[in-house]
Amino acid sequence: MADRLPAASKRVLALGATSAIAQATLRLLAEQQASFFIVGRNEQKLAAVRDDLLTRGASAVSTFAADLDDTDAHPAMLSHAVTAMGGIDVALLAHGVLGDQPEAEKNYAVAAAILQTNFLSAVSLVTWLANYFEAEHRGTIAVVSSVAGDRGRKSNYVYGASKGGLNIFLDGVRNRIDRAGVQVLTIKPGFVATPMTAHLKKNALFAEPAQVAKYILRAIEKRKDVVYAPPFWGLIMLLVRSIPRRIFKKMNL
Amino acid sequence: MGNSSSNAAQAPSFESWGRYPQLQAEVVPLHWAGDFPLPHAPATKQLAVGLGRSYGDVCLLENGTLLQTAGMDRLLHFDPATGMLRCEAGVTLQQILDFGVPRGYFLPVTPGTKYVTVGGSIANDIHGKNHHVAGTFGRHVVRFELVRSDGARFVCSPIENPEWFAATIGGMGLTGLISWAEIHLRPIVSRKIDYRGDKFHGLDEFFALSQSANSEYSVAWIDCVSTGRNFARGIFMQGDHSETPGPLTRSKEPKLTFPFNLPEIALNRFSMATFNALYFHKQLGKQKIGPVDYEPFFYPLDAVLHWNRMYGKQGLLQFQNVLPHESGREGMIEILKAITKSGLASFLAVIKFFGDVPSVGMMSFPKPGPMLALDFPIRREVSFDLVDRLARITLEHGGRMYSAKDARMTPEQFQAFYPQWQEFARYVDPGFDSAFWQRVTGRRPLVG
Repeated sequence: MADRLPAASKRVLALGATSAIAQATLRLLAEQQASFFIVGRNEQKLAAVRDDLLTRGASAVSTFAADLDDTDAHPAMLSHAVTAMGGIDVALLAHGVLGDQPEAEKNYAVAAAILQTNFLSAVSLVTWLANYFEAEHRGTIAVVSSVAGDRGRKSNYVYGASKGGLNIFLDGVRNRIDRAGVQVLTIKPGFVATPMTAHLKKNALFAEPAQVAKYILRAIEKRKDVVYAPPFWGLIMLLVRSIPRRIFKKMNL
Repeated sequence: MGNSSSNAAQAPSFESWGRYPQLQAEVVPLHWAGDFPLPHAPATKQLAVGLGRSYGDVCLLENGTLLQTAGMDRLLHFDPATGMLRCEAGVTLQQILDFGVPRGYFLPVTPGTKYVTVGGSIANDIHGKNHHVAGTFGRHVVRFELVRSDGARFVCSPIENPEWFAATIGGMGLTGLISWAEIHLRPIVSRKIDYRGDKFHGLDEFFALSQSANSEYSVAWIDCVSTGRNFARGIFMQGDHSETPGPLTRSKEPKLTFPFNLPEIALNRFSMATFNALYFHKQLGKQKIGPVDYEPFFYPLDAVLHWNRMYGKQGLLQFQNVLPHESGREGMIEILKAITKSGLASFLAVIKFFGDVPSVGMMSFPKPGPMLALDFPIRREVSFDLVDRLARITLEHGGRMYSAKDARMTPEQFQAFYPQWQEFARYVDPGFDSAFWQRVTGRRPLVG
């Protein structure tokens, strides 16, 4: 709430800040007077997100336009974020693409591009951030992954593999820097009504980004390791994972 | 989670709140001010829509492209000293309240639901219980940006492009897409409303209460089912924002959803008579005074999401008209008699006097005099005949009907209610159209 000023306002780095889930999460942080360094591809969209966050209570917002596929540019950009805000408390990684699964089945370059955006660029960013936070002995790395990373399915296994690989990478980083007091949060949303899923027919399982954002914020505050958003996806994915492989491979999923 | 395109077989449909008529269209969600014009101009006509809370067909376009603006929901600037808010057009009144109330600001004008967008509020130049003092929503709009289908962008205000300002406020979304707007919020010191409810019997008592009322907000619930000595009984409800500093907390999300379509048989003469009697007698004494929260005062129906399902899958018709003062009493009695006689009226009927604050929109609905709004379940010809009869009585008495609530006006009726329609037509975006506009300009037949 706007009338509740927290003791220390968080300094938030948001990568892929124009994604629907990121925007919804940043709005909640803005209400707590956080300051922001937001990164996305499109300057105009970043400016709109900046205005929105400032209006909702953000104490400061810097924007930075970048294509996160360009991993060579990551270290300079992240150093710049540290300088601009005087440090980072929470890093939220929310960039990603759904990709074209049928096309990726035919063309390796399409599959590689999905892995570049969803997996390799995140590996590059988290590598830098893990070292930064480890030295600081504090902080949060929150990464938007997906329930699709829990098990490969024919309808989206390239996207799923990019997120599954990311989940394992984050497990390892967490195991390494938990002892330094750094939170590594793997966020696993289910279906979310966003531009990424605009072409899909909506059903009762779809959640609004604002709803997902509440679970993300709560998981950050409670210093959780993994959060399914909404939480019922944890149960669904438990069931999906427990289906024996000899049956699963015959299913239409 | 991400599924492949195999799930994307059918274009999602878009319903108005009355769920009649049902028209297929392609829905294209917009998320950013730069998303319009669309990168590939559609072969069809287009129409910007918000949450689909208008009742009839002003937000529909058969085989057209509906530009759904709800994803354009950013707040762009707020000045806490003046209450001036700039926001994207898909921001809802609920979102403004969630933002404004904790900061001591309220909507300048609000309809009976907060689930409408700013763009829709401008396009229909909505009104509320404070019309007699505040006028319509458009009066509190300082400026907005209008984007035409050819990509031209105009900032419109009473001094910049004033003719486009006037055409777009109440322009039913036909002049182009509103991308952002600046509106003036009004200060409050509490969520509470100082409420007063007075029972009345008959229109004369309602007229007398309306004349003596001096609150910022007033409206009456009226029983359109009962006859005889209970004819036109009701409860006159008035209120003011409390001036005693009180809670300025954010509202809780509603928990109730009307879960399924009620079967047609459920809404009948007897159940409606019972509902109306229960509501009238819920307030025990002749008068009730005390503080109430703004949510039940302004938005009693918002507590139940999808309440339109109560009318079954065949949907509902809304009728809303205003009559001039001179013929108001006589005309409303004739209308109420026609309604009670039909036995079709439901529970949701309100009556109020519009004030003489002029609207800024060329096609705005309100004008001074009594206005009546109520719902009918759709029983095909019977309901259509009744609404047509009410339209004819309205016309005979020099009144007019509200486009945002209508699915049945004939071109002749519309053109008589809004004789300025041809002047307005010059401002319609050549790439835009609506099922309503097709109907009232004689390009689309009324369908049963």
